[in-house]
Amino acid sequence: MDALLSIAIGVLTATGVYLTLRGRTFPVVLGLTLLSYAVNVFLFLMGRASVGLPPLIAPEAAGYTDPLPQALVLTAIVIGFAMTAFVVVLALRARAELGNDHVDGLNTGLDETAERQHKGEREDRA
Amino acid sequence: MSHLTIAPLLLPLLAGVLILLLGERRLAAQRALSLAAVALSIPLALLLLSRAAQGEIAVYALGNWPAPFGIVLVADRLSAFMLTITALLSAFALAHAVRGDDRFGPHFHVLFQLQLFGLNGAFLTGDLFNLFVFFEVLLLASYGLVLHGGGRARTRAGLHYVVINLIGSTLFLFAVGALYGVLGTLNMADLAVKIATLPEAHTGVVRAAGLLLLVVFAIKAALLPLHMWLPGAYAGTSAGVAALFAIMTKVGAYSILRVYTLIFGADAVAGVQWLAEPWLLPLALATLALGVGGALASRALREQIAYLVLASAGTLLVGFGLFSVEGISAGLYYLAHSTFAAAALFLLADRIVLGRGAMADRYEAGPPLPHPRLIGGVFFALAVLIAGLPPLAGFFGKLALLQAALASPALVWIWAVVLIGGLLTVIALARSGSLLFYRAHGVPQAQANNPLGDELSRLAPIFGLLALGLLLVVEGEAVLNYTRATAEQLLVPAPYIEAVLHPVATQEARP
Repeated sequence: MDALLSIAIGVLTATGVYLTLRGRTFPVVLGLTLLSYAVNVFLFLMGRASVGLPPLIAPEAAGYTDPLPQALVLTAIVIGFAMTAFVVVLALRARAELGNDHVDGLNTGLDETAERQHKGEREDRA
Repeated sequence: MSHLTIAPLLLPLLAGVLILLLGERRLAAQRALSLAAVALSIPLALLLLSRAAQGEIAVYALGNWPAPFGIVLVADRLSAFMLTITALLSAFALAHAVRGDDRFGPHFHVLFQLQLFGLNGAFLTGDLFNLFVFFEVLLLASYGLVLHGGGRARTRAGLHYVVINLIGSTLFLFAVGALYGVLGTLNMADLAVKIATLPEAHTGVVRAAGLLLLVVFAIKAALLPLHMWLPGAYAGTSAGVAALFAIMTKVGAYSILRVYTLIFGADAVAGVQWLAEPWLLPLALATLALGVGGALASRALREQIAYLVLASAGTLLVGFGLFSVEGISAGLYYLAHSTFAAAALFLLADRIVLGRGAMADRYEAGPPLPHPRLIGGVFFALAVLIAGLPPLAGFFGKLALLQAALASPALVWIWAVVLIGGLLTVIALARSGSLLFYRAHGVPQAQANNPLGDELSRLAPIFGLLALGLLLVVEGEAVLNYTRATAEQLLVPAPYIEAVLHPVATQEARP
């Protein structure tokens, strides 16, 4: 189970990093969301993965799971959720105010496909 | 256990909630409440400062849960020092903002108070995860404040600011998680104890987590190469907010100082001992050089001030990067001075922007300013202050820093970068001053031509900040004694750890 979870965290993080490096706000927001998912699972696992154990010390139980990471994850989820909502609103506002969804607010007045064609033309000429 | 320690947290939180309940329409009442809360925070911070000055480390266990099980607030010399700077700075920033900045959008005062809540919390907390939470509080409030008033430049710079800080928060959580996974605690004093006896098999993970934390704090402190968000965000936002943000880079510097002296300091095992030392000094020097270069290349006043903030962050981190009593002491003195000076410059830039009409603060010959002698004189004084020329505080800060560098192997580098940086700052500011005040032509902007008395009252917060700069010189010896004692307290973490983990024992031991 540990290996599976570690791979999941790795894939989530890698995808998140790739998406946050994109030039448009929507992939960046998705990337940030995936990064926060990865870190939530990571935090949760720091109390060690265990199945069917109570989160408190009981004499009849075989052991216990650490409840603190669960509390930390809960805090991180709440904060991450609020931040995602905020950054979505901000991205929409940037789209409205800057006229496009590029993270630097390029003022080309072209949509993405038109810009690609434009770029291709320039490359053709060069 | 004195409840005084938690008061700097409760005051802005309570004020923020009450202002929210007042509603958007009652601006006068909002302003009164906000000003009252900020005014009250000054004596509170001074009281904590006077207690900390006697060497007392006040520990407040929330809910009376003993550390390391509960969260503790710790007010030692460093925390009290930062609280005092924040309280004084916020008073003048708010005094400027109530003259009009807070009309640009709703909830300015709520966000302002919550920002102070986050700042004070970050300075007081003794728990690493709690530090993350207070970082989020102050960041969330600052996102609102950066965007306060709206506009294209603010939205674009704000987007960068928000995204890079969200990535920073993610890295913070990864670091905190890794530390908890290995050490099983998040209380800073307890972390220090655990790291002192760390088995060698685990040093790799702890080292990685510790350096990840350095990346997070470097984003906050705008250390090269993570500085890119700062110039746009600071230059674009409204003046009162920019003035308050003069303390924001210092939160990163504070966290670096706290974590890398307490947790990864003298008592840590080999491999994670003085973890930040090889990185901090070179990066700080590079940041200083870049800040000065940016100030020379700036095409507008507020952009230039933002780069000067960067340069001052570099300068004080050079002091911290020495990890010696003299270095940290000089860095803290410079921290106080540069915070007030940068805030005053941002406030003055606002008056200049208004006075030049459509030219705003661009470095092109524009219409003459109203009251050119008054505003020019204040600009001159502030330029002298921030460039570090005698007889103002910047000079003494830099002098202390250069003296502290004498013992360092990087002496030549530090002296060269700091001195050449100072010279180039003078050149940059002289050029902007002559452009703004001498090469003016045409008629003054009619709507900005207000009577002298009104102009003076609008400049009052700047005079207040200048007076603080003077106080740092007049009381220079007392301040330097305090910062020196702070540095000594930081470099010997045992009493701090004792006070947090065994509060009863230390209370009985104290006469």
